[in-house]
Amino acid sequence: MIDWPILSIVTFLPLVGVALILLIRGDDDIAQRNIRNIALFTTIVTFIVSLFIWGSFDNSNPGFQMVEESQWLGGLVTYKMGVDGISMLFVILTTFLMPACILASAAITTRLKEYMIAFLVLETLMIGVFCALDIVVFYIFFEGGLIPMFIIIGVWGGKRRIYASFKFFLYTLLGSVLMLLAIMAMYWNAGTTDIEALLAHDFPANMEFWLWLAFFASFAVKMPMWPFHTWLPDAHVEAPTAGSVILAGILLKMGGYGFLRFSLPMFPEASELFAPLVFVMSVVAIIYTSLVAMVQEDIKKLIAYSSVAHMGFVTMGIFALNEQGIQGALFQMISHGIVSGALFLCVGVVYDRMHTREIKAYGGLVHRMPLYAAIFMIFTMANVGLPGTSGFVGEFLTLMGAFQANTWVALLATTGVILSACYALWLYRQVIFGPLEKENLKTITDVNARELIVLAPLVLLTIFFGVYPSPINDVTAASVTNMVTGVEQALQAADALNMAATR
Amino acid sequence: MLQPALPDLMPALPEIVLAVGAMVMLMLGVFRKGDTTNLITGLAIGLFIVALILTVLAPSGMTMNGAFVMDEFARTMKILIFAAAAIALSLGVDFVAREGYGRFELPVLIVLATLGMGMMVSATTLIALYLGLELMSLALYVTAAINRDSTRASEAGLKYFVLGALSSGMLLYGASLVYGFTGHTEFGPIADVLQAGGVSTGVIFGLVFILAGLVFKISAVPFHMWTPDVYEGSPTPITAFFAAAPKIAAMALLVRIAVDAFEPATREWQQVLTFVAIASMVLGAFAAIGQRNIKRLMAYSSIGHMGFALVGLAAGTQAGVQGVVVYMAIYAAMTLGTFAIILSMRRPGGMVEEIDELSGLSKTNPLQAFFLAMLLFSLAGIPPLAGFFAKYFVFLAAIEAELYVLAVIGVLASVVGAVYYLRIIKIMYFDEPVEGFVPAAIELRTVTTAAGLFVIFFVLVAGPITGWADRAAASLF
Repeated sequence: MIDWPILSIVTFLPLVGVALILLIRGDDDIAQRNIRNIALFTTIVTFIVSLFIWGSFDNSNPGFQMVEESQWLGGLVTYKMGVDGISMLFVILTTFLMPACILASAAITTRLKEYMIAFLVLETLMIGVFCALDIVVFYIFFEGGLIPMFIIIGVWGGKRRIYASFKFFLYTLLGSVLMLLAIMAMYWNAGTTDIEALLAHDFPANMEFWLWLAFFASFAVKMPMWPFHTWLPDAHVEAPTAGSVILAGILLKMGGYGFLRFSLPMFPEASELFAPLVFVMSVVAIIYTSLVAMVQEDIKKLIAYSSVAHMGFVTMGIFALNEQGIQGALFQMISHGIVSGALFLCVGVVYDRMHTREIKAYGGLVHRMPLYAAIFMIFTMANVGLPGTSGFVGEFLTLMGAFQANTWVALLATTGVILSACYALWLYRQVIFGPLEKENLKTITDVNARELIVLAPLVLLTIFFGVYPSPINDVTAASVTNMVTGVEQALQAADALNMAATR
Repeated sequence: MLQPALPDLMPALPEIVLAVGAMVMLMLGVFRKGDTTNLITGLAIGLFIVALILTVLAPSGMTMNGAFVMDEFARTMKILIFAAAAIALSLGVDFVAREGYGRFELPVLIVLATLGMGMMVSATTLIALYLGLELMSLALYVTAAINRDSTRASEAGLKYFVLGALSSGMLLYGASLVYGFTGHTEFGPIADVLQAGGVSTGVIFGLVFILAGLVFKISAVPFHMWTPDVYEGSPTPITAFFAAAPKIAAMALLVRIAVDAFEPATREWQQVLTFVAIASMVLGAFAAIGQRNIKRLMAYSSIGHMGFALVGLAAGTQAGVQGVVVYMAIYAAMTLGTFAIILSMRRPGGMVEEIDELSGLSKTNPLQAFFLAMLLFSLAGIPPLAGFFAKYFVFLAAIEAELYVLAVIGVLASVVGAVYYLRIIKIMYFDEPVEGFVPAAIELRTVTTAAGLFVIFFVLVAGPITGWADRAAASLF
């Protein structure tokens, strides 16, 4: 065990970087280089420190670990941090993707200082979401992330950036405010905002119904689930590369994390009641958005729709309400964080060179960029869910979990795997293969050292977790088992109560 | 036994100091030769600071035959009012000198208005209430029209006066009905009569009229029509003053009369205030979207914010009143900070008020743009900024009181409200820059910075501030 407040340190370390960046004056080349270096250095240090969390994490303990607690807000809210098997890996994923984002921002030269500050603040808020053990503190981190992301999309985004940033902000805010009211209602019912205590609290059944819906409004938008997903393609397309990586890699995972942290264990009866609804929405998401992805002309938009489809597997797995499904959902989220982040980075590589994301503008890149073609191939395959890549493990486990819960859902969802192969391979064929005919592509250069440094770790992890998934599954197992048992017990108790009432 | 000739006036010491100070300043202005505006403005600010210190030190208790009370609630609200008045007055120093209507009457009138506010907050009878309210209002009507060469300012002053007189009439009519049906003008005995004899229809009529008069003063719907015109027409420093101190005072008065005098009629006024809160939040949110003038926009924004604050009062609980106190404190800071920036919107050709003039401010003046963005996000209620906590506490109280419809409509209105705050941020950050503003005066920059830092770092001081508000609310229950 570590006796220093490691979670708070990891959470707020990026703000130290912000303070250092604020000290830099001027906007010339040297200042820009310093800003980049400070941001990179901060994120790398944060990542290294965050590895200590994993290092001292006890896989066999299903409860919260490294808990810190102190009074705040006059006893109404406590500042409480802690991680368990469900949240710990998301912290690592966040700190792991951040240095890649900073490195991938070489094309940004305007207002670099604000850019890096926005990203570092965003990192603090994202880590805070996964570490917070007080529901109000969670909400503050969860909502606070809107501000930097709004600025990132709006200032450094593409042509329709204003529309996209407003849509992102308002959509997410609309979902979240209802959750805030639910949080308040929970406070008055349970008398606390401590997540650990709320997990142990038993809410009245009719209240659970409304609370579940309010939380669902927030997480379904964040996830995003069909039909609340329309903000995502816009935001993805318009955001700068690093913004897309964070959006796909981390922000989408907050929805799934929210379901696992709150909806399922706190409102088990409502979760069971609404599971069919979630199944329908998940299956529609998987099939419909995969079909939509096939007709896209913009590379980023295609990947965005594929993200929605993959998140469909996650929600399906979560609401299968069994261990395989939830383990699979967690694995799928981690894997998707790596793979979709990497895909957006790959798009960024060619976008920085050609300044277009149109699929038609490319073709035959393999002749000029063999290394890039190979890397892109690996991530495309992982996106399809080819065995041997990390994408397979998550999809397989979620399908297995869904099969246990409802065979038809599993059957329909499996078609999504085929459809994902259709659009992903089609994209790969259009961009990489074929003759190199376009004049301006004939001078394109292969990935450079910086891009290779960014992408290489992602390639390694994709394959590593594909063949050896236990590091992730071992971490999540104890907490997931604990949660599933808790949910089952609550459901049995409710059943017994209903039986007694009808008798 | 021989009574002392004078009652113990110590609880009213801050008001007495303000009253005497105002008269001294008036004499000074009249008899001293030359331009005394700056001297008297300085004196007025000093007077506010003295009054503020005295408010902290003054003993709690009743005076003036039970018409004037100094309790924790009054103390808290007065501290806010005096601080807001001092800041608003200092915001105008540079503006008044530059725009050339430096008159020594302005600070004197503001001191008198603030004196009225202090009386309102401490009033415990309907008569004291009316005296304080009218002292404040009459002074404010004049300040609205202080720029007498401007037709718009005169229009604003006239509108404010006519409508204000109407609302005073309603208040008086309501007060007379309440007196007629209960036989008392003191809050405590009114509550006792209502408690013992039930709430008769006549009292409800009186109550509604009183509420209408007070709702006018906080500019909540449906008595909000004067707000945009007065905000736009008055000189900007006066608008800044209108937006902060009188709102706090009227809200405090509303809280006190609802909780002290009409506590047995809670169910009755709860309905009225719930409607007023919903209407204000919704109208404030939707009507502001189309505004092009930033002062008009702030007017609608303040209508909306009064609606949010009323959510706390509508709950009718101690937690609700605590929420109102926190809300008003944060609202005052955010409003004054925003007005400090509006006052710095000056080109070489003069003041500008269109929102589009802020275009690209993040490039021409990054620091100012950053603080304004933070203030606007805070006004929109996004965590971790102060505005979120303001909304959090009032809605927490509404949920406790099971006013679910009110709470749901309220948070949805706050999302709609976010649209127009975001639009300003968009104009500052996403649009191409136009010519920058001339550098702002030191006092404006100070206030902007202080308010900006306050909303950002509120999370660190939230504990003490909410505890303070809780003590204030507890003194009413």
